[in-house]
Amino acid sequence: MTDFTPLMSFLGGTLIGIATVALMAVLGRIAGINGIASGFLTTQLNQDWAWRAAFLAGMVASPLIMLGVTGQLPEITVPSSPLLLVVGGFLTGIGTTYGSGCTSGHGVCGISRLSARSIVATVTFVITAGVTVYLTRHVFGG
Amino acid sequence: MKLLSAFAIGLLFGCGILISGMGDPAKVLNFFDVAGTWDPSLAFVMGGALLVTAIGYRLVFRMHTPLLAQGFTLPTTTDLDAKLIGGSAVFGIGWGLSGFCPGGLVPVLGLGMEPVLTAGAIVAGILTARWMITLGHRQQPAKA
Repeated sequence: MTDFTPLMSFLGGTLIGIATVALMAVLGRIAGINGIASGFLTTQLNQDWAWRAAFLAGMVASPLIMLGVTGQLPEITVPSSPLLLVVGGFLTGIGTTYGSGCTSGHGVCGISRLSARSIVATVTFVITAGVTVYLTRHVFGG
Repeated sequence: MKLLSAFAIGLLFGCGILISGMGDPAKVLNFFDVAGTWDPSLAFVMGGALLVTAIGYRLVFRMHTPLLAQGFTLPTTTDLDAKLIGGSAVFGIGWGLSGFCPGGLVPVLGLGMEPVLTAGAIVAGILTARWMITLGHRQQPAKA
């Protein structure tokens, strides 16, 4: 069980939105994390690489802000086994590369621009994720 | 200045992820577990992010250029093709197995070994897919 946290989740969502808008206003870029990371991994060490590295470094450092504000690091619970993490991670990398985006790129940036591609992509990955969780928890797992 | 603002925006994005619960795989998987321990919180993350971004983007696109760049870099593809749908379907399966999406994963990389393991697998997946796409282009020069 996890607690239902509508207020904190909405607040966090608005911060994600503000950061997404800021990245477009300042650097003219889509805040798709998979796209930023993918470019970070494969582009040459130039200006285009540097802003990606700085953005990702900021994300990795964000728990320290939480530590400063709340006095403790955020806690996460990982229910999946290492094998499922590896298989799931690998499929995530393959899928987001072929599908040109993830939850942030398609789900937030794309839908906000009313991109038909992003709406189709988001509906697709939410459905397959839902079916996958249903199968692993209620059909094969249980 | 560019790098400093990119870092600051990354910090803000990461805090949003952490506060919202998107970085916690238990919460993400429960969002999808409608038939079991359902936790609808993440719908509120999407709601908040979309509300701000939909309005904010409209205001930003009234500017001629971004503050620190030559222009806006936006996707130009409009095809609803098999690559988009198949890729997204595969991503959803991966997300449902691990509970980590790329945006949720990066802010929690420093919090344990499981996120690092998953990130390694995602990187392997990205590089494999890019290699397969390049290979596909090379094998079909006539179509290109």
